Amino acid sequence: MSLFVNLLLGSILAVLLGFAALRGRVVLVQSLREGAVDFLRLLPRLALGVIGSGFIAETVPQGLIVQWLGPDSGVLGLGVATVAGALTPGGPVVGFAIGAAALKGGAAMPQVIAYATAWALFALHRLLVWEVPMMPARLVWLRALVSLPLPFLAAAGALLIGRP
Amino acid sequence: MIDDPKIYSRRRKGAFDWSTAFIAGLVAVCATVVFVREGSAHFWSVLTGDVVLFADMLPKVLAGCLIGTFVMILLPRDLVVRLIGSESGLMGLLVATFAGFLLPGGPLTAYPVAAALLAVGADAGAAVAFLTSWTLLGYTRALVWELPFFGSDFVIWRIVIAVPLPVLAGLLARLALRSGLIRWGDER
Repeated sequence: MSLFVNLLLGSILAVLLGFAALRGRVVLVQSLREGAVDFLRLLPRLALGVIGSGFIAETVPQGLIVQWLGPDSGVLGLGVATVAGALTPGGPVVGFAIGAAALKGGAAMPQVIAYATAWALFALHRLLVWEVPMMPARLVWLRALVSLPLPFLAAAGALLIGRP
Repeated sequence: MIDDPKIYSRRRKGAFDWSTAFIAGLVAVCATVVFVREGSAHFWSVLTGDVVLFADMLPKVLAGCLIGTFVMILLPRDLVVRLIGSESGLMGLLVATFAGFLLPGGPLTAYPVAAALLAVGADAGAAVAFLTSWTLLGYTRALVWELPFFGSDFVIWRIVIAVPLPVLAGLLARLALRSGLIRWGDER
Protein backbone atom coordinates (compact mmCIF):
# COMPACT_ATOMS: atom_id res chain seq x y z
CA MET A 1 0.00 0.00 0.00
CA SER A 2 2.93 2.27 0.72
CA LEU A 3 4.08 1.49 -2.80
CA PHE A 4 0.68 2.48 -4.20
CA VAL A 5 0.80 5.83 -2.41
CA ASN A 6 4.36 6.40 -3.64
CA LEU A 7 3.33 5.62 -7.22
CA LEU A 8 0.33 7.95 -6.99
CA LEU A 9 2.47 10.75 -5.55
CA GLY A 10 5.08 10.08 -8.23
CA SER A 11 2.50 10.34 -11.01
CA ILE A 12 1.12 13.63 -9.67
CA LEU A 13 4.66 14.94 -9.36
CA ALA A 14 5.47 13.85 -12.94
CA VAL A 15 2.43 15.72 -14.30
CA LEU A 16 3.35 18.85 -12.35
CA LEU A 17 6.97 18.56 -13.53
CA GLY A 18 5.68 18.43 -17.10
CA PHE A 19 3.60 21.57 -16.62
CA ALA A 20 6.54 23.36 -14.99
CA ALA A 21 8.85 22.33 -17.86
CA LEU A 22 6.33 23.74 -20.36
CA ARG A 23 6.55 27.07 -18.55
CA GLY A 24 10.29 27.15 -19.08
CA ARG A 25 13.58 26.18 -17.48
CA VAL A 26 13.58 28.97 -14.90
CA VAL A 27 10.23 27.93 -13.44
CA LEU A 28 11.27 24.27 -13.35
CA VAL A 29 14.62 24.85 -11.62
CA GLN A 30 13.16 27.39 -9.20
CA SER A 31 10.34 25.00 -8.18
CA LEU A 32 12.71 22.08 -7.67
CA ARG A 33 15.08 24.19 -5.58
CA GLU A 34 12.27 25.62 -3.41
CA GLY A 35 10.80 22.17 -2.79
CA ALA A 36 14.17 20.65 -1.94
CA VAL A 37 14.97 23.47 0.50
CA ASP A 38 11.59 22.95 2.23
CA PHE A 39 12.39 19.24 2.48
CA LEU A 40 15.84 19.79 4.02
CA ARG A 41 14.56 22.33 6.53
CA LEU A 42 11.85 19.93 7.72
CA LEU A 43 14.08 16.86 8.06
CA PRO A 44 15.53 17.39 11.58
CA ARG A 45 12.13 18.25 13.04
CA LEU A 46 10.47 15.27 11.40
CA ALA A 47 13.24 12.87 12.38
CA LEU A 48 12.79 13.92 16.00
CA GLY A 49 8.99 13.57 15.89
CA VAL A 50 8.75 10.29 14.03
CA ILE A 51 11.65 8.50 15.68
CA GLY A 52 10.67 9.84 19.10
CA SER A 53 6.98 8.93 18.82
CA GLY A 54 7.67 5.24 19.48
CA PHE A 55 9.10 6.07 22.91
CA ILE A 56 6.16 8.32 23.75
CA ALA A 57 3.71 5.56 22.74
CA GLU A 58 5.55 3.02 24.91
CA THR A 59 4.94 5.09 28.04
CA VAL A 60 1.18 5.68 27.51
CA PRO A 61 -0.96 3.54 29.87
CA GLN A 62 -3.21 2.04 27.18
CA GLY A 63 -5.36 -0.01 29.61
CA LEU A 64 -6.51 3.15 31.33
CA ILE A 65 -7.68 4.73 28.07
CA VAL A 66 -9.62 1.57 27.12
CA GLN A 67 -11.38 1.73 30.51
CA TRP A 68 -12.58 5.30 29.97
CA LEU A 69 -14.18 4.70 26.56
CA GLY A 70 -16.69 2.08 27.81
CA PRO A 71 -20.25 1.75 26.50
CA ASP A 72 -21.82 3.22 29.67
CA SER A 73 -19.67 6.34 29.54
CA GLY A 74 -22.30 8.41 27.68
CA VAL A 75 -21.66 12.08 26.86
CA LEU A 76 -18.83 12.16 29.40
CA GLY A 77 -17.30 9.25 27.52
CA LEU A 78 -17.56 11.25 24.29
CA GLY A 79 -15.78 14.13 26.00
CA VAL A 80 -13.11 11.80 27.35
CA ALA A 81 -12.79 10.18 23.90
CA THR A 82 -12.35 13.60 22.28
CA VAL A 83 -9.71 14.74 24.78
CA ALA A 84 -7.96 11.35 24.60
CA GLY A 85 -7.91 11.53 20.80
CA ALA A 86 -6.38 15.00 20.94
CA LEU A 87 -3.73 13.91 23.47
CA THR A 88 -2.80 10.58 21.84
CA PRO A 89 0.88 10.86 20.98
CA GLY A 90 2.65 9.21 18.06
CA GLY A 91 1.67 8.38 14.52
CA PRO A 92 -1.39 6.66 13.03
CA VAL A 93 -0.35 3.27 14.43
CA VAL A 94 -0.80 4.46 18.02
CA GLY A 95 -4.09 6.27 17.42
CA PHE A 96 -5.73 3.45 15.50
CA ALA A 97 -4.28 0.72 17.74
CA ILE A 98 -5.79 2.35 20.84
CA GLY A 99 -9.11 2.90 19.01
CA ALA A 100 -9.20 -0.71 17.86
CA ALA A 101 -8.22 -1.96 21.33
CA ALA A 102 -11.02 0.10 22.89
CA LEU A 103 -13.47 -1.38 20.39
CA LYS A 104 -12.39 -4.92 21.24
CA GLY A 105 -12.59 -4.13 24.95
CA GLY A 106 -16.29 -3.34 24.58
CA ALA A 107 -16.22 0.41 23.99
CA ALA A 108 -19.30 1.84 22.29
CA MET A 109 -19.14 2.70 18.57
CA PRO A 110 -19.95 6.44 18.97
CA GLN A 111 -17.13 6.83 21.51
CA VAL A 112 -14.64 5.20 19.14
CA ILE A 113 -15.91 7.37 16.24
CA ALA A 114 -15.44 10.46 18.44
CA TYR A 115 -11.97 9.26 19.42
CA ALA A 116 -10.87 8.55 15.82
CA THR A 117 -12.33 11.86 14.60
CA ALA A 118 -10.73 13.87 17.41
CA TRP A 119 -7.43 12.14 16.83
CA ALA A 120 -7.60 12.93 13.10
CA LEU A 121 -8.56 16.57 13.72
CA PHE A 122 -6.28 17.67 16.53
CA ALA A 123 -3.78 15.14 17.78
CA LEU A 124 -1.62 17.61 19.70
CA HIS A 125 1.57 15.82 18.78
CA ARG A 126 0.86 16.10 15.05
CA LEU A 127 -0.27 19.69 15.42
CA LEU A 128 3.08 20.60 17.01
CA VAL A 129 5.37 18.42 14.88
CA TRP A 130 3.79 18.91 11.47
CA GLU A 131 1.16 21.60 11.24
CA VAL A 132 2.68 24.49 13.23
CA PRO A 133 6.04 24.33 11.39
CA MET A 134 4.33 24.31 7.99
CA MET A 135 1.33 26.61 8.35
CA PRO A 136 0.61 30.16 9.52
CA ALA A 137 0.07 29.65 13.29
CA ARG A 138 -3.18 31.59 13.29
CA LEU A 139 -4.74 29.22 10.76
CA VAL A 140 -3.77 26.23 12.91
CA TRP A 141 -5.59 27.65 15.95
CA LEU A 142 -8.56 28.78 13.85
CA ARG A 143 -8.87 25.27 12.41
CA ALA A 144 -8.56 23.64 15.85
CA LEU A 145 -11.15 26.01 17.33
CA VAL A 146 -13.84 25.46 14.69
CA SER A 147 -13.16 21.69 14.77
CA LEU A 148 -14.11 21.40 18.46
CA PRO A 149 -17.76 20.37 17.84
CA LEU A 150 -16.93 17.91 15.04
CA PRO A 151 -16.14 14.74 17.12
CA PHE A 152 -19.46 15.18 18.98
CA LEU A 153 -21.33 15.71 15.69
CA ALA A 154 -19.72 12.58 14.22
CA ALA A 155 -20.74 10.55 17.30
CA ALA A 156 -24.27 11.99 17.10
CA GLY A 157 -24.39 11.00 13.42
CA ALA A 158 -23.36 7.45 14.31
CA LEU A 159 -26.09 7.30 16.99
CA LEU A 160 -28.66 8.76 14.60
CA ILE A 161 -28.19 6.27 11.76
CA GLY A 162 -27.37 3.37 14.09
CA ARG A 163 -24.23 2.51 12.13
CA PRO A 164 -21.63 1.12 12.03
CA MET B 1 4.37 34.88 -12.43
CA ILE B 2 7.84 33.75 -11.45
CA ASP B 3 8.99 37.37 -11.00
CA ASP B 4 6.22 38.06 -8.53
CA PRO B 5 7.95 38.33 -5.13
CA LYS B 6 4.70 37.65 -3.26
CA ILE B 7 4.79 34.04 -4.46
CA TYR B 8 7.66 33.40 -2.11
CA SER B 9 6.15 35.25 0.82
CA ARG B 10 5.40 31.97 2.58
CA ARG B 11 7.02 32.39 5.98
CA ARG B 12 9.70 29.88 6.80
CA LYS B 13 10.37 28.77 10.32
CA GLY B 14 13.88 28.80 11.72
CA ALA B 15 15.75 25.62 12.50
CA PHE B 16 14.31 25.50 16.03
CA ASP B 17 11.15 26.64 17.83
CA TRP B 18 9.29 26.04 21.08
CA SER B 19 7.11 23.19 19.77
CA THR B 20 10.19 21.28 18.62
CA ALA B 21 11.78 21.92 22.02
CA PHE B 22 8.65 20.58 23.74
CA ILE B 23 8.67 17.39 21.65
CA ALA B 24 12.41 16.98 22.18
CA GLY B 25 11.96 17.17 25.95
CA LEU B 26 9.03 14.76 25.90
CA VAL B 27 10.96 12.29 23.73
CA ALA B 28 13.99 12.49 26.02
CA VAL B 29 11.88 11.75 29.12
CA CYS B 30 9.94 8.90 27.47
CA ALA B 31 13.08 7.34 25.98
CA THR B 32 14.68 7.37 29.43
CA VAL B 33 11.59 5.76 30.97
CA VAL B 34 11.59 3.04 28.31
CA PHE B 35 15.30 2.42 28.76
CA VAL B 36 15.10 2.14 32.57
CA ARG B 37 11.82 0.20 32.68
CA GLU B 38 12.17 -2.17 29.72
CA GLY B 39 15.94 -2.51 29.31
CA SER B 40 18.30 -1.67 26.50
CA ALA B 41 17.24 -4.48 24.11
CA HIS B 42 13.67 -3.16 23.99
CA PHE B 43 14.95 0.42 23.74
CA TRP B 44 16.95 -0.46 20.62
CA SER B 45 14.11 -2.41 19.01
CA VAL B 46 11.78 0.61 19.41
CA LEU B 47 14.44 2.92 18.01
CA THR B 48 15.20 0.66 15.03
CA GLY B 49 11.50 0.25 14.21
CA ASP B 50 10.99 4.02 14.17
CA VAL B 51 14.09 4.68 12.07
CA VAL B 52 12.80 2.18 9.48
CA LEU B 53 9.40 3.92 9.55
CA PHE B 54 11.09 7.28 9.06
CA ALA B 55 13.17 6.01 6.13
CA ASP B 56 10.02 4.63 4.50
CA MET B 57 8.41 8.07 4.79
CA LEU B 58 11.24 10.07 3.26
CA PRO B 59 10.24 9.67 -0.43
CA LYS B 60 6.67 10.76 0.45
CA VAL B 61 8.05 13.72 2.36
CA LEU B 62 10.13 14.84 -0.61
CA ALA B 63 7.21 14.33 -3.02
CA GLY B 64 4.94 16.32 -0.68
CA CYS B 65 7.35 19.26 -0.53
CA LEU B 66 7.84 19.28 -4.30
CA ILE B 67 4.10 18.97 -5.05
CA GLY B 68 3.43 21.84 -2.63
CA THR B 69 5.98 24.08 -4.36
CA PHE B 70 4.82 23.18 -7.87
CA VAL B 71 1.19 23.78 -6.96
CA MET B 72 2.08 27.16 -5.51
CA ILE B 73 4.11 28.27 -8.51
CA LEU B 74 1.93 26.80 -11.25
CA LEU B 75 -1.59 27.55 -9.98
CA PRO B 76 -2.83 30.79 -11.55
CA ARG B 77 -3.66 33.06 -8.65
CA ASP B 78 -6.85 34.47 -10.21
CA LEU B 79 -8.19 30.93 -10.68
CA VAL B 80 -7.61 30.12 -6.99
CA VAL B 81 -9.25 33.38 -5.92
CA ARG B 82 -12.23 32.63 -8.16
CA LEU B 83 -12.60 29.01 -7.02
CA ILE B 84 -11.83 29.21 -3.30
CA GLY B 85 -11.27 32.89 -2.46
CA SER B 86 -13.21 34.82 0.15
CA GLU B 87 -15.96 35.62 -2.38
CA SER B 88 -16.34 32.00 -3.46
CA GLY B 89 -19.20 31.25 -1.05
CA LEU B 90 -20.45 27.73 -0.40
CA MET B 91 -19.17 26.49 -3.76
CA GLY B 92 -15.60 27.37 -2.73
CA LEU B 93 -15.94 25.28 0.41
CA LEU B 94 -17.27 22.36 -1.64
CA VAL B 95 -14.37 22.64 -4.10
CA ALA B 96 -11.87 22.77 -1.19
CA THR B 97 -13.52 19.74 0.43
CA PHE B 98 -13.31 17.76 -2.81
CA ALA B 99 -9.65 18.76 -3.26
CA GLY B 100 -8.88 17.56 0.28
CA PHE B 101 -10.55 14.24 -0.47
CA LEU B 102 -8.54 13.77 -3.67
CA LEU B 103 -5.09 14.73 -2.38
CA PRO B 104 -2.96 11.67 -1.63
CA GLY B 105 -0.33 11.33 1.08
CA GLY B 106 0.19 12.37 4.68
CA PRO B 107 0.63 15.65 6.54
CA LEU B 108 3.66 16.39 4.42
CA THR B 109 1.55 16.68 1.34
CA ALA B 110 -1.48 18.37 2.84
CA TYR B 111 0.07 21.16 4.91
CA PRO B 112 2.42 22.51 2.20
CA VAL B 113 -0.45 22.48 -0.30
CA ALA B 114 -2.76 24.29 2.16
CA ALA B 115 -0.04 26.87 2.90
CA ALA B 116 0.47 27.27 -0.84
CA LEU B 117 -3.27 27.79 -1.41
CA LEU B 118 -3.30 30.52 1.25
CA ALA B 119 -0.24 32.15 -0.31
CA VAL B 120 -1.96 32.40 -3.70
CA GLY B 121 -5.23 33.80 -2.41
CA ALA B 122 -7.49 31.08 -0.97
CA ASP B 123 -9.47 32.27 2.04
CA ALA B 124 -9.03 30.82 5.54
CA GLY B 125 -12.43 29.10 5.43
CA ALA B 126 -11.47 27.20 2.29
CA ALA B 127 -8.09 26.25 3.78
CA VAL B 128 -9.84 24.94 6.91
CA ALA B 129 -12.35 22.99 4.80
CA PHE B 130 -9.48 21.57 2.74
CA LEU B 131 -7.47 20.40 5.78
CA THR B 132 -10.54 19.03 7.59
CA SER B 133 -11.55 17.12 4.49
CA TRP B 134 -8.03 15.77 4.08
CA THR B 135 -7.92 14.53 7.70
CA LEU B 136 -11.44 13.08 7.84
CA LEU B 137 -12.17 11.94 4.27
CA GLY B 138 -8.69 11.29 2.80
CA TYR B 139 -8.82 7.88 1.21
CA THR B 140 -5.11 7.08 1.23
CA ARG B 141 -4.83 7.19 5.01
CA ALA B 142 -8.09 5.28 5.44
CA LEU B 143 -6.75 2.59 3.08
CA VAL B 144 -3.28 2.37 4.55
CA TRP B 145 -3.94 2.74 8.28
CA GLU B 146 -7.56 2.62 9.30
CA LEU B 147 -8.79 -0.38 7.33
CA PRO B 148 -6.40 -2.96 8.84
CA PHE B 149 -7.32 -1.91 12.40
CA PHE B 150 -11.07 -1.37 12.14
CA GLY B 151 -12.31 -3.24 9.07
CA SER B 152 -14.18 -1.80 6.09
CA ASP B 153 -17.62 -1.50 7.73
CA PHE B 154 -16.37 0.88 10.42
CA VAL B 155 -14.22 2.92 8.02
CA ILE B 156 -16.94 3.38 5.38
CA TRP B 157 -19.55 4.51 7.91
CA ARG B 158 -17.12 6.78 9.73
CA ILE B 159 -16.31 8.51 6.44
CA VAL B 160 -19.97 8.73 5.34
CA ILE B 161 -20.84 10.39 8.66
CA ALA B 162 -17.93 12.82 8.23
CA VAL B 163 -18.85 14.00 4.69
CA PRO B 164 -20.65 17.24 5.76
CA LEU B 165 -18.11 18.16 8.46
CA PRO B 166 -15.41 19.91 6.32
CA VAL B 167 -17.93 22.34 4.82
CA LEU B 168 -19.31 22.99 8.32
CA ALA B 169 -15.79 23.68 9.65
CA GLY B 170 -15.16 26.06 6.73
CA LEU B 171 -18.41 27.92 7.43
CA LEU B 172 -17.55 28.16 11.15
CA ALA B 173 -14.07 29.47 10.28
CA ARG B 174 -15.53 32.21 8.05
CA LEU B 175 -18.04 33.02 10.80
CA ALA B 176 -15.29 33.23 13.45
CA LEU B 177 -13.26 35.57 11.25
CA ARG B 178 -16.22 37.75 10.31
CA SER B 179 -17.42 38.04 13.91
CA GLY B 180 -13.94 39.14 14.96
CA LEU B 181 -13.51 36.15 17.30
CA ILE B 182 -10.20 35.50 15.59
CA ARG B 183 -8.44 38.25 13.67
CA TRP B 184 -6.69 37.44 10.45
CA GLY B 185 -3.72 39.75 10.59
CA ASP B 186 -0.40 40.16 8.87
CA GLU B 187 0.64 36.53 9.13
CA ARG B 188 -0.83 35.62 5.82
